[in-house]
Amino acid sequence: MASKAVYSHRDPMLKKRDDFEDILEDRRNSSDLRYALRCYAPVLYKELTPCTAGGLKGLVLQSDQLRYVIGQVSKETGVTVEDVQAEASAILDEMAHRLQLSTVRFFAFMLCKVFKALFRSICVNEEGIQRLQQAIHEHPVVLLPSHRSYMDFLLMSYLLYTYDLALPVIAAGMDFMGMKVVGEMLRMSGAFFIRRSFGGDKLYWAVFSEYVKTMLKNGFAPVEFFLEGTRSRTAKSLTPKLGLLNIVMDPFLKGEVFDVCLVPVSISYERILEEALYARELLGVPKPKESTSGLFKARKVLSEDYGSIHVYFGQPVSVRSLAEGRVNRGQFNLTPRHIPRRPGEDVGVFVNAAAYRLVRAQEENMVLKPWVLLASLLLQNQPAGRGPGQGLTLEELTQQAAWLRDLARQFGAFLHWPGTAPPGSGTMPGLCATETTHKGTSVKNNSPCPEGGAGAPEEELLRRAVVVLSCASYRNQGLHVFLRPALLASALRTASSSRKRQRPPPSSPRCHGDHPDVFNSFTFLRNVFSNEFILCPGAAVQDFEEACYLLGKNGALQAGQQDILVTERGRRTLAFLAKLLDPFLQGYQATEGLTEKQFVPAVRAFVIKQLLTGRLGYVEALSSDLQKNALAALLRLDAVQKLKGGEAPGTLKVNAVVVNSLEDTLGGSLPTQKAAVARL
Amino acid sequence: MASDSNGGSSDSQRIAQHRLSVIAGHLQRPAEGYTALLAAECKAQGSKPDVSSDERTVPRRRQEIMKWNGWGYSDSRFLFNKKGQAEFTGKRYRLSGMIIPGLRDWMESTFGANLQHKTPAVPVLNSSVVQPPTLNEAFVGELKSTGIPFSHDVEDRVFRAHGHCLHEIFALREGKIGRIPDMVVWPNCHNDVVKIVELACKHNVCLIPYGGGTSVSSALECPPEETRSIVSLDTSQMNRILWIDEKNLTAHVEAGIVGQDLERLLNESGYCTGHEPDSMEFSSLGGWVATRASGMKKNIYGNIEDLVIHVKMVTPRGVIEKSCQGPRMSTGPDIHHFILGSEGTLGVVTEVTMKIRPMPEYQKYGSVVFPSFEQGVACLREVARQRCAPASIRLMDNEQFKFGHALKPQVSSIFTSFLDGLKKFYITKFKGFDQDRLCVATLLFEGNRERVLQHEKQVYDIAAKFGGLAAGEDNGQRGYMLTFVIAYLRDLGMDYYVIGESFETSVPWDRVLDICRNVKARIVRECKDKGVQFPPLSTCRVTQTYDAGACVYFYFAFNYRGLADPVHVYEQVEHAAREEILANGGSLSHHHGVGKLRKEWMRETVSNVGVGMLKSVKDYVDPDNIFGNRNLL
Repeated sequence: MASKAVYSHRDPMLKKRDDFEDILEDRRNSSDLRYALRCYAPVLYKELTPCTAGGLKGLVLQSDQLRYVIGQVSKETGVTVEDVQAEASAILDEMAHRLQLSTVRFFAFMLCKVFKALFRSICVNEEGIQRLQQAIHEHPVVLLPSHRSYMDFLLMSYLLYTYDLALPVIAAGMDFMGMKVVGEMLRMSGAFFIRRSFGGDKLYWAVFSEYVKTMLKNGFAPVEFFLEGTRSRTAKSLTPKLGLLNIVMDPFLKGEVFDVCLVPVSISYERILEEALYARELLGVPKPKESTSGLFKARKVLSEDYGSIHVYFGQPVSVRSLAEGRVNRGQFNLTPRHIPRRPGEDVGVFVNAAAYRLVRAQEENMVLKPWVLLASLLLQNQPAGRGPGQGLTLEELTQQAAWLRDLARQFGAFLHWPGTAPPGSGTMPGLCATETTHKGTSVKNNSPCPEGGAGAPEEELLRRAVVVLSCASYRNQGLHVFLRPALLASALRTASSSRKRQRPPPSSPRCHGDHPDVFNSFTFLRNVFSNEFILCPGAAVQDFEEACYLLGKNGALQAGQQDILVTERGRRTLAFLAKLLDPFLQGYQATEGLTEKQFVPAVRAFVIKQLLTGRLGYVEALSSDLQKNALAALLRLDAVQKLKGGEAPGTLKVNAVVVNSLEDTLGGSLPTQKAAVARL
Repeated sequence: MASDSNGGSSDSQRIAQHRLSVIAGHLQRPAEGYTALLAAECKAQGSKPDVSSDERTVPRRRQEIMKWNGWGYSDSRFLFNKKGQAEFTGKRYRLSGMIIPGLRDWMESTFGANLQHKTPAVPVLNSSVVQPPTLNEAFVGELKSTGIPFSHDVEDRVFRAHGHCLHEIFALREGKIGRIPDMVVWPNCHNDVVKIVELACKHNVCLIPYGGGTSVSSALECPPEETRSIVSLDTSQMNRILWIDEKNLTAHVEAGIVGQDLERLLNESGYCTGHEPDSMEFSSLGGWVATRASGMKKNIYGNIEDLVIHVKMVTPRGVIEKSCQGPRMSTGPDIHHFILGSEGTLGVVTEVTMKIRPMPEYQKYGSVVFPSFEQGVACLREVARQRCAPASIRLMDNEQFKFGHALKPQVSSIFTSFLDGLKKFYITKFKGFDQDRLCVATLLFEGNRERVLQHEKQVYDIAAKFGGLAAGEDNGQRGYMLTFVIAYLRDLGMDYYVIGESFETSVPWDRVLDICRNVKARIVRECKDKGVQFPPLSTCRVTQTYDAGACVYFYFAFNYRGLADPVHVYEQVEHAAREEILANGGSLSHHHGVGKLRKEWMRETVSNVGVGMLKSVKDYVDPDNIFGNRNLL
């Protein structure tokens, strides 16, 4: 039943979503101190074996799993078992949280103050909270919030405390531990720290996974981690990381618990604290190291207005129902379960698919503010001569926004549109809420940044890029709504242009329905962009059907016997959708023959050159995130190979044939211009 | 049951009897020899009415003493009397004639059952719904000339068309009859069976062996697609002990004998087999062999495969048996293992030589209360590790503990009830056991008196390490009694919208807790998903310990009011539960067998090659599928 929430995207219009409740309102009207000190008695897991944070450590060190690995490591390295044990114990000390109610209360108090200063409201769906409470009682729970800001996990703990729910233990990156006092405080509020990479370290992995599993199995606390692994700098969801998900599913697959509940949580910020930071980071300014003094310096953000936050606790997903018929749990029957073993292929495929579905569940419940739609419109109508559009007047914008709002609703977007007032008046407060708005409107007003003209063209370009990328990060929040129809729109465009050039061969090898070329083109684009967007592996047919269904319902398309027909009304929709993807298409048209490390700066240099000469139209191509994804896609598609060993390990070698064919297809789908593909 | 049926005879009587039997050994031997002689001339006897049949438990016409649409003896059943109190009728069991005051409350609170809502069974078999028999005239003609008794009476046929799966009994209670055997034959000895099988082969008739009829795997169901005449071969009249060999401690027995007769007859000579499956009142020796049965006292006596020394089976290819009675042989794969568990697909087991033991000098029940199931399992594991398991050790979970409590008969004295109250107070208040978590292990010790007491202490010491408290003999004995009456209870439940059944598995020690938790939870979840309106009873117990694992029994029942097709729901849930068992490393069956109910999982259980091996044996032994019950494969 719970799984349906994840699987069904048949008709997004029918999706029933809960109402929100602002939790800051209460805080503004009553004492924060009393709130922080109030009685806290959460509902706990029904089969909880009570134990302290210290007791947990003992359980982990005594576990069969860890003892086995310790024995193995000792045999392999020749170090005595006692020494390895001591090492494991040290790893655990470095990792373990020391959840303490007093620290949580302190945080609760501080965060009240901070949140009230920063945000207008924090809205939570209380039905989701109730579902979560029940889930916590019934099964071990894993919380999977989306990750856009450092704020996320503080916010999560704060919310759970507010609603009198069991406080989570949170997997955090080791970088936080570097922050002197704060690191320890985070530890005491339930964070446990893991190294960013520990690839070959068997002992570390064993300690880590056993620690997480023990907490989960005993029902000690909900385990929280970020599927995306890191904060998304672009506000698009990142392709999920599977390590921790594998770990939390393991107890179920091995029968050690009856079920595990995964709760996707969507946190939508009206404006992200790190906004400007991200844009610069994407353009090559490295991320500042996490430090207490850095945090202190960042206090200036307190004086700004960051709008509201919407937190949506999604439908709990039962791992059991997800795995039903997909995983043969009997595969663990023939070896003792404590011996680490590579699980079967079905498990890998299953965890991967589950991860994608969960990220999509996060996406689906992201609340979109009006500005998200406006940003999409504005980005398509950039002035500055080089872009395709000419800028917009305010009336045009309002009118288009109303159109886009309806379209988004039809596609099942979760819009937060203030009132039922006409969009013009409705959106303005939203517009004014963000600082970027001013920059954004400056784009609209045909005056991109102060026209001092003094700076070199490159600097000016970069300055403009910061604005565009910030804008893009708003547009990206809503991309998932339009993604599938947009891919179809682009595919239609490619198909129609290639048909003009040549008739498609009578029988395509992989065809869907009666329009093989469109489907092929769709799959191709989907394949290329599968690093960029959340596209569930192996779901091409479903995605295609969903796109057809949405566009058909919208009236933009009519699926005929022989062909897909574009209706008159649909042209506008399709044009909008296709344009939505153009920046990405263009961005992908760059390949290099450099070592991996050099790749990003070199591409950046190249793209700047292209932009200045006007051969590339979209400043967004400068985003390092996009470039990295493009590289990953090229590697995946065998267009580029990473050379191992030899003179320059890590050198990328371009496979000319594949690149040419890619280039053809990508280029063919670009009506605006035939962009040159660089080769160095 | 043995303990119950001779519950009347006290220990001293039993010892005296034993002594007597040893002294009288010489006198008795000729008597047994006489039986053997009789058996050899069984043909002559078969044509006459069986003189000795009135001494035996199972007559040819089973319906004379047993229910045609429920479990056990016609005179024994649970019912709610006029005062609304539960009562067990008859005189056969310890519980017979007693009032069970707690049962009604338990049924109402556990299932949401209500005495007002009854679902009575069809009282008598309506023979018009039964298909007329398809007879193979040539076969019948030749059979007549052999003088072997047979019948195509409707009641006889219906009685042999089912085991005791829920769906089988449910259909009978509703008066629905499917494909049933076309006739029943009662061979009287091995040679009769040889003749019947020869005739069946000659005339291409389908044979389905029938022993005690206690199957819970759909093994006795007639395949609906079978177009040949189906003949049920009822072994119940082949029920003699042919000889007892005191030097080697073996007995040679006809395979149709039921457990209680075998024990009773052996006891008369001072011996026992010690093989006591829960169904031993009605199940037969041949059935045990054909399904790989297990008895509750296997820790001392072993399971059927450990007890069997020699087996004779009649197959379409002829008789299969070993040439000697060596206690162990290295002569290629043990051919007994083609027979053990063959579930009537290869032939009919006619005679078995099995181990016997002198009757135990002393028997003692016991019980231990544990604060939680986890600790109980840990204790059983430790007992198994130290290899000091008593004759029987079983661990019931909390729900079953409560169930056992509900079955306490009305106490005769105020003193006993006061004592009970005191015990409860001590355990829950003084020792701090949670009433909703505690569980109980029942124990049965057997053997030399001194050693029993020593053994008992050893086990209680281990239990103490796991927080166990000795809880008296009474609780233990009641636990074992429960196994014999639980099947009767199902009939009571079925009178009031409650259906249920038990199923079992075996599982490695490290998985025991996981499988118990997961299967019970799966049952609850499936019931909810399938629209069952009331929370089900989903409970388990660990009934056997082995060096490397344990046997786990699940009981599952629910109130089906509001369901259109309760049996289908039941089957879906049971199916899901079995999948859960397999996914958690449990076996397809510990001792119930596969039958037709579980054969869909055979391939994954024994691998493709394994299925191929079994198939090729079947193809060789029975190329025309004379033994066509289609079990197993």
